[in-house]
Amino acid sequence: MKDAFGTPQSLLILGGTSDIALATARRLIARRTRTVWLAGRPSQDLENAATHLRGLGAETHTITFDALDPESHEAVLGKVFAEGDIDMVLLAFGVLGDQANDERDPVSAARVAQTNYTGAVSSALVCARALQAQGHGSLVVLSSVAAERARRSNFIYGSSKAGLDTFTQGLGDALHGTGAHVMLVRPGFVRTSMTAGRPESPFATTPEAVAAAIELGLRRRSEMVWVPGSLRLVMTALRHVPRAVFRRLPL
Amino acid sequence: MPADAASTSPAPPPAGPRRPVPASVPAPVPGPGPASAPVTVTGWGRTAPTAARLLRPRTYEEAAAAVRACGAHGARGGIARGLGRAYGDAAQNAGGAVLDMTGLDRVHAIDADGGTVLCDAGVSLHRLMEVLLPLGWFVPVTPGTRQVTVGGAIAADIHGKNHHVSGSFARHVLSLDLLTADGEIRTVVPGTPLFDATAGGMGLTGVILTATVRLLPVETSWMCVDTERARDLDDLLARLTATDRYYRYSVAWIDLLARGAATGRAVLTRGDHAPLDALEALRHGNDPRSSTRTPEPGAPWRASTRARGGRSPFGDAFPLPSLPSSLPLPFRFRRNVPAGGPLEFRTPRFPAAPSFVPDGLLGRTAMGLFNELWYRRAPRARTDELQRLSTFFHPLDGVPHWNRLYGRSGFVQYQFVVGHGREETLRRIVARISARRCPSFLAVLKRFGEGDPGWLSFPMPGWTLALDIPASMPGLGAFLDSLDEEVAAASGRVYLAKDARLRPELLASMYPRLPEFRALRQELDPGGVFVSDLSRRLGL
Repeated sequence: MKDAFGTPQSLLILGGTSDIALATARRLIARRTRTVWLAGRPSQDLENAATHLRGLGAETHTITFDALDPESHEAVLGKVFAEGDIDMVLLAFGVLGDQANDERDPVSAARVAQTNYTGAVSSALVCARALQAQGHGSLVVLSSVAAERARRSNFIYGSSKAGLDTFTQGLGDALHGTGAHVMLVRPGFVRTSMTAGRPESPFATTPEAVAAAIELGLRRRSEMVWVPGSLRLVMTALRHVPRAVFRRLPL
Repeated sequence: MPADAASTSPAPPPAGPRRPVPASVPAPVPGPGPASAPVTVTGWGRTAPTAARLLRPRTYEEAAAAVRACGAHGARGGIARGLGRAYGDAAQNAGGAVLDMTGLDRVHAIDADGGTVLCDAGVSLHRLMEVLLPLGWFVPVTPGTRQVTVGGAIAADIHGKNHHVSGSFARHVLSLDLLTADGEIRTVVPGTPLFDATAGGMGLTGVILTATVRLLPVETSWMCVDTERARDLDDLLARLTATDRYYRYSVAWIDLLARGAATGRAVLTRGDHAPLDALEALRHGNDPRSSTRTPEPGAPWRASTRARGGRSPFGDAFPLPSLPSSLPLPFRFRRNVPAGGPLEFRTPRFPAAPSFVPDGLLGRTAMGLFNELWYRRAPRARTDELQRLSTFFHPLDGVPHWNRLYGRSGFVQYQFVVGHGREETLRRIVARISARRCPSFLAVLKRFGEGDPGWLSFPMPGWTLALDIPASMPGLGAFLDSLDEEVAAASGRVYLAKDARLRPELLASMYPRLPEFRALRQELDPGGVFVSDLSRRLGL
């Protein structure tokens, strides 16, 4: 169960090797979290992550989960929920893709969309139903500031996150009053292995800062969290910039 | 007053220890069936909401049917809930059922000569006071609110300002009927393991259906109250230690925002039920101080200062304020001259708190201001003030939904107890709270008397401090965790009825009889019919 400050005792991470997810897990283990499920494609990285969290004192399990195989989600995730209540699900998987390459290769562009959107829709729905049945728990979905407005430099990734973003907002409304809570997290540029080697955008942040924002959001039972918080204002302004101008901005 | 409520003897408790309930009873009405939409439930602190199906049994048969439904395959159990005054998650059950017991609210019988009452568990202490006061009886133990049910009072084994004299609520329970996981009703009497597991058992041994409670005789519905200030924590502890035994009710409000030399400054409020002659004297325009009260043998707290001829009973360390006998009757006495009968029960009611209050209304500035005023406004020393029962015991009950004032994030109440001889821990904790500037205007210190037999009962001889803190305060979770460590290291404990955040690892050291409790539950309820968010969170 979550405590009065929204800190979960058990955590399921979809995308178990994500830097943001692991930073969040570290932070929550330091507070209350004692059980962690890491879901992802079997890899040495996933095992290493599990070993690392175990070392921090959490009982950690790994499960095989593939975002690109929606048919399997019900069975895989159902097994986790059958083991016991999950207080928080962190949907953290996603790929950035390579915009230039993906524009030339529609198949790999579709793959970005399938991972970030289709896979997220099916797994989030499975988790949402389970949370609803247990009457409590948070579904935290990592969206992106890129979901807010299409940008020339990453619109394939951005559109997949926009779909996820809209889906999550609707899911939050659908679950309102069922005890389950849905929180959308919109980080800006985060320095992770996913963005390694890319030019930094303004308002760059770290996985630790995202983790801190997630913990705060849980305490406040927020529905949407921007990281850093100032991005909320920035994006509110940018949203209203006319397209002809926006197109020319160095974003 | 219904005629049956005033009959002279309580109905005999149901014969036999176990009575089966007819199996073919309809589902509870209007309690919705399994298909009904869940509702979101929180404790009084309004933190950690979870959803559950609400069932509202109105007969014992409906209650039994509801318990059987809770135990059905695939159901996530159930827990009884009264008026929802437990601060934390003790009366929530995510994804399962919550049995709203307020539909079972009959007062069956009052023994007006012997002083006992037999009533349903859903009867509130407020209702009991309404019924009992005109007959000259009072509930043996009342917490800071009347809005708790008898069942909740037993399940949390509540204590009041008279714990040092009277112990906790369950000590005054002569017998109770418990609906256990098998759907049967057992009559449970004190001295048995099931009673000790149920008293303070947070509703996890079963659903309490009825209880027979021993009452306290009173002559009036007024309180004689002595108020004094303590300049710091040491002064406060010394005063409480030296003089607690002279008062039936004793409590101290602490200003936890005061720092430096004033750390732990407090206002002590102590008193007893006003005797009839004090009221009569007042009616005739005399100073009630001149009325005499004879101390009962063996009841030292009855011997108030007044009966000792103005000489301080506790030596020169605490001299009584000298009041010249020619002093005109103070205004406050006139103001409080009771208009109705001596046993009239009147409760003020102010507008309810609005349903939306932003977080942070009760922040440091507001609380600091309030605390300063509250401390300054209290007299340095005042004796024999007449107060209404509700003013003395339940000042917050006058403001419905006052818990909303803490905003959307709600608040946590932190209450712990440490034994005598552990004053150092208490001092350190008070100093840490003061240094951290935790905004708390409800900080209450009390000296507990003998502990109670309930396995998970909170009180133990020593000092207990309770404080309300807004949950939105940054870093509060980690701070309270570190206070828990100190409490546990001093063999103290925190109160489960108020808890919403204890680390499960510390529970076993705080409650040494937890293994017995778990074993009894395992035996009595192997299928886990009775479950709450509290029991899930702490692994009770």
